[in-house]
Amino acid sequence: MSAGLSLPHDAAPLQVKGEARYIDDLPFPANALHLAFGLSTVAHGEITGIDLSAVRAAPGVVMVLSAEDLPDMPDCSPSAHDEPLLAVGKVHYVGQPVFLVVAESHLAARKAAKLGKVSFKELPALLTVDDALAANSRFEQGPVTWTKGDAAGAIANAAQVIEGSFEVGGQEHFYLEGQVAAAVPLEGGDFHVMSSTQHPTEVQHKVAHALHLPMSAVRVEVRRMGGGFGGKESQGNALAIACAVAARALGRPCRMRYDRDDDMVITGKRHDLRIGYRAGIDAEGRVLGIEFLHLFRCGWSQDLSLPVADRAMLHADNCYDLPHIRIESHRLKTNTQSATAYRGFGGPQGIVGIERVMDHAAFAVGRDPSAVRKLNFYAPMDAKAGQTTPYHMPVEDFIGHELVADLERTSGYAARKTEIAAWNAGSPILKRGLSLVPVKFGISFTLTWLNQAGALVHVYQDGSIALNHGGTEMGQGLFQKIAQVTAGVFGVDTGVVKITATDTAKVPNTSATAASSGADLNGMAARIAAETIKGRLADFIAEKHQVKPETVKFVDGTVRVAGEVYAWEKVVAWAYQARISLSSTGYYATPKITWDRVKGQGRPFFYFAYGAAVTEVVIDRLTGENRILRVDILHDTGTSLNPALDIGQVEGAYVQGAGWLTTEELVWDGKGKLTTHAPSTYKIPASSDRPRVFNVALWGKPNREDSVGKSKAVGEPPFNLGISAFLALSDAVAACGDGSVYPALDAPATAERVLMAVRRVEGRV
Amino acid sequence: MTVAFLLNGTPVRVEGEAPTRTLLDWLRANQGLTGTKEGCNEGDCGACTVMVTDAEGSRSLNACILFLPQLHGKAVRTVEGISGPKGQMHPVQEAMVAHHGSQCGFCTPGFVVSMAVAHLNGAVDHDDQIAGNLCRCTGYAPIIRAAEAAKDAAIPAWMTEDRTAVAGFTAGEAGAFRPADSDALADWYVKNPDAVLVAGATDVGLWVTKQLRDLKPVAFLNGVKDLQGIEARGGQLHVGACVTITDLRDAVADRLPSFAEMLRRYASTQVRNAATIGGNIANGSPIGDGPPALIALGATLHLRRGDEMRSMALEDFFIEYRKQDRKPGEFVAGISFPEHAPELRCYKISKRFDQDISAVCGCLNVTVESGRVTGARIAFGGMAGTPKRAALAEAALVGKPWTEATVEAAALAMSGDFTPMSDMRASAGYRMQVAQNLMRRYFHDLNGVGVSVLEVTP
Repeated sequence: MSAGLSLPHDAAPLQVKGEARYIDDLPFPANALHLAFGLSTVAHGEITGIDLSAVRAAPGVVMVLSAEDLPDMPDCSPSAHDEPLLAVGKVHYVGQPVFLVVAESHLAARKAAKLGKVSFKELPALLTVDDALAANSRFEQGPVTWTKGDAAGAIANAAQVIEGSFEVGGQEHFYLEGQVAAAVPLEGGDFHVMSSTQHPTEVQHKVAHALHLPMSAVRVEVRRMGGGFGGKESQGNALAIACAVAARALGRPCRMRYDRDDDMVITGKRHDLRIGYRAGIDAEGRVLGIEFLHLFRCGWSQDLSLPVADRAMLHADNCYDLPHIRIESHRLKTNTQSATAYRGFGGPQGIVGIERVMDHAAFAVGRDPSAVRKLNFYAPMDAKAGQTTPYHMPVEDFIGHELVADLERTSGYAARKTEIAAWNAGSPILKRGLSLVPVKFGISFTLTWLNQAGALVHVYQDGSIALNHGGTEMGQGLFQKIAQVTAGVFGVDTGVVKITATDTAKVPNTSATAASSGADLNGMAARIAAETIKGRLADFIAEKHQVKPETVKFVDGTVRVAGEVYAWEKVVAWAYQARISLSSTGYYATPKITWDRVKGQGRPFFYFAYGAAVTEVVIDRLTGENRILRVDILHDTGTSLNPALDIGQVEGAYVQGAGWLTTEELVWDGKGKLTTHAPSTYKIPASSDRPRVFNVALWGKPNREDSVGKSKAVGEPPFNLGISAFLALSDAVAACGDGSVYPALDAPATAERVLMAVRRVEGRV
Repeated sequence: MTVAFLLNGTPVRVEGEAPTRTLLDWLRANQGLTGTKEGCNEGDCGACTVMVTDAEGSRSLNACILFLPQLHGKAVRTVEGISGPKGQMHPVQEAMVAHHGSQCGFCTPGFVVSMAVAHLNGAVDHDDQIAGNLCRCTGYAPIIRAAEAAKDAAIPAWMTEDRTAVAGFTAGEAGAFRPADSDALADWYVKNPDAVLVAGATDVGLWVTKQLRDLKPVAFLNGVKDLQGIEARGGQLHVGACVTITDLRDAVADRLPSFAEMLRRYASTQVRNAATIGGNIANGSPIGDGPPALIALGATLHLRRGDEMRSMALEDFFIEYRKQDRKPGEFVAGISFPEHAPELRCYKISKRFDQDISAVCGCLNVTVESGRVTGARIAFGGMAGTPKRAALAEAALVGKPWTEATVEAAALAMSGDFTPMSDMRASAGYRMQVAQNLMRRYFHDLNGVGVSVLEVTP
């Protein structure tokens, strides 16, 4: 059985030799052209004049387009048709594309784009959530509110009330491969588009719409991305559309990639928000009633902000049974980049809120935060029938108690808590902190109809197998996992399965590879396709031997029937000669799920994935400098399809999650210009920022739902474990005071914010 | 322009390219060597890392901010050349596969080259070796495991061939201006005072790749051998302007350990291999990390214009923001500073420990005799438009007993020394608070109290 083996990433041997091809590495015809955007320099304004004469005259420039050249302006939005490819009349953020340069080289296009003279009449810009609230600038009519029980009443009757408000920063995806696309005109007006996208069908749809073509005339292909993290769910649309528009106008292949600074200035990031909370607690720290206020800064266009903000609400409970809860969510429209999907898709923003409340509650009652968390946990699996989330979904699979108990033991949580307190007492300048944070993450797209997938499997007459499905590879190892599933069905080595590029001409109507769903959905579809072919082979060979098909076994590259052992290739060759179809599609739709997002009711998730992390940090009370010393993680991926790839996802997600809440700070100036638009100023974790001791283990018990191989999704859930780094910093800050002032850290907890919090607990400010 | 070098073992001659054509663009567009990736085009992510070998050895460099003339007479090895001539994997490539060090794979070629160069040079400080390579997928743990697993493997034969080949390689005259000694440079620069002098190109590179400026004329200094020396003489270290930060760090490792530790965190391995101390000073940046340490050491700067040499205290070179006491046609020739300063401490405060520009860089050097302060040199980067001494704080110390009260007074006095600004790296308030607290940290540090989070082990 190949599923469950820790095989390396399928492309690793190519990647380490520099032979793995990304879109910008592909050989294009010599007449291919290169594109660059000219960008808005103001956050909000009317375009009063565009002088592109110098751009047109620049060396190597072939064509320049602005709104006046495109009366039928293509739209790039994945949701609300509110993102013109080029600004029409008005600009809405610094960095919005205003004109498009087509030139003989990438450098020529970039240089020419700098020469555009666009004048603006500046309008008042809404840059912050406060600005947007004051102007009632928002998506949807008003806030979305979900309630369960009577939060206000429960808070009023509680022994103690804690409340607060804190800022949670956004996050730049910083995929190492920037946005890139290419469009090649084909005969008859058709197009072949290559796009670094998590959502080929969306690109197909948007390009077809822009060119007024049927989707069948546009083929979108993506072999791999150099990282996605949600940043290539919708943000690649503009490049693919621009390439297609230019390619059609000029009849030449067109390529476009953003320079890194342009990429960071143009594209959306994780939503930042302010979270307000008010909770009534009892003397032990039990949360009796709670109210959350989410103020999301969504940027200038709607993009995916509504489902992102929904998912934050859907994760406002995390692992805790909150009988009386009210969540009010504002999706505010501002003159900034349009915030978009980012690993967790709002989930982390929801979870960081309740984890902050747990930490604050423990501080308020003077108890160990882990004890307070466990006190508030949902009941163990099957122990309490009818317990539901704030959105009224039964919680049937809660494994937090066992998982956290195990992690507390293996990490030595209690002993280290004591040891750290003693160490801190003897260290006047440096202070250590410890925090355990659990996670429960809902798996399924909340837009229920997206939970479907297709696959296409061919068995060739020599026994080799070609695999195609709707999922995209962005580094997560999806292709290898699905190859393992497919090989497992046929009982052959995974190497027999040829992995092929995602291609809308092979598998249609795919959903984005997002919501951690890639392996769950596409793995099932591939398995179904493979099972279909295997069934035909079994029928064929069983009939030859006059036995029942169920008795035919496909193992170790052989087919075993009626005491005979045939080589796989031999049986395939016979089947071919016997005119048996050796190709099949597979189709899967996730069962059990229903969701009414307006009411906030239903079962949006097929199941939950769980995990927990214990992080230890040290801070310097004089500068706020800090570092992660150790993390211990226990994470639930069900029966893993590939433990090595899953551990890789967990390690990477943890560091990325910790980065979100520590060093990764996005800064806009007072005019709405992003000043952290390059890795020189925007600091994702480097090697030495990873925990000094980094222990990761998988829970390893099967998913109770019928998922592919009883595995669980892994892309997003462990991202949330980084929250333990944030709250460990809070714990270390608290150690600088006498216990009377809660640190109330904002995120990201840069050295500066840590120092500010230290000074608060020291009573200096 | 003609430039000749070895590319993956084969001699190449480049003709007709602009002198500011980057190696990365040329590799990808002209040679079809697409294994070397563009991640940021500013030397911060390392996806374009290549190995460059000359008589001094093999180093990793960022190809995105490396101009072709800088390679004249050298040997370049890209990721395609890290594998053997028959496609055999290098031990670090095998280890990266086996230890799952590659996910999306886009940063991987850069990591592989950095790791292969480290492996060739016997360097096992893995975190420092790859501090200039960013990975967004793995969290680095499997990459470090791979580096650790490969460290004792034999060096493949092809990795050492560049060293031999480059010794026997005759590049001929470079088409771009590339002086061989400082006399030639001095003579030319007086005649071309508006020229751009390119040493490591770690900043000038961005003028080209980000600001899209056309630079001319340009002189490439990495062939100026007589400015690459380090000499200890009369208790002073005399360091030529074209000494790289890597070589400077080696030179001060035992003599000035706190300076060396700060230089460990100066940018990244690739950048330190290119950047020069002369460039760091001449650039005049208020946030360069070299000047505060050197000013605290009492360094003397040496300038040359034509045949004229002059020297000055380094702090006097910096007049105001981006304005230095340098005449047209005059260049930084070298710097000299005391070989030892046991009380020197250099504190680099930044959002991220590695490969980050300082929000505040504080370097303190206080001399105490019989319990009294007899000398104080305290210099900061990031606190003003130039690297600057904290004169009031120094005055509050000198002649006073070395006590916490004196230090407190000096810390408070510092508020009169600086009016820092707010930017994306830190607020003005934070900068001032930290500068004052670094004065306090220094006192605890000299008293043996733990003050560095980097020294705490789990």
